[in-house]
Amino acid sequence: MTKSELVEKLSNELRNLSKTEIEIIVDTVFNKVTEALKKGGRVELRGFGTFEVRRRPARQGRNPKTGVTVYVKNRSVPFFKVGKELRERVNNSLDQETVKKTDELSAQKLENVL
Amino acid sequence: MTEEGLMGSADNGVEVTGGKTLTKAELIESIYEKVGFSKKEASDIVELVFETLKTTLERGEKVKISGFGNFVVREKRPRIGRNPQTGEEIEISARRVLTFKPSQVLKSALNKGE
Repeated sequence: MTKSELVEKLSNELRNLSKTEIEIIVDTVFNKVTEALKKGGRVELRGFGTFEVRRRPARQGRNPKTGVTVYVKNRSVPFFKVGKELRERVNNSLDQETVKKTDELSAQKLENVL
Repeated sequence: MTEEGLMGSADNGVEVTGGKTLTKAELIESIYEKVGFSKKEASDIVELVFETLKTTLERGEKVKISGFGNFVVREKRPRIGRNPQTGEEIEISARRVLTFKPSQVLKSALNKGE
């Protein structure tokens, strides 16, 4: 799903809003996250996950093609840690598929475990 | 000296050194200011945005937000892990995990002016 497909999907459910409005909202969401990270902050979205900035120290790198040693400056990288609810939902969808694939008996077993 | 003194203004959650935490509530606030819906509407919309993302990822579909990054669901095969304390071997079951791959735009945004 791309951003425009997301906007499309949302506009089917938010009939009272124009696509332009929805686009502004979606952009605002991701811009706000980016802005917060730029300031070195964290973004905590309960049920979804947490975005934060992690520091990577400077290191001696190597161009894998030429083998030339290069100096890589220390830098900040965005990091996303998936939240509990989403992590479980993503993983549970696997279990549901397993149930479909396996025979009735093991499906029964799995259900007992869950 | 109280803990509060050591922690700066950590208590009220504003401008802690190293950046503050952006929450869903503040995200809703900025949507509310930008588009001028009621707070309830703004809140419902933000919740719907994240719920739509979660439902999509739950289905195993990836989400690509240009200029921000890609959320990708990855299948992990079962593997043998080890309890680091006891050295005991255990099977780690097959699972589905969510990873975030930040876009080049986001990565460079975090390293501007360094």
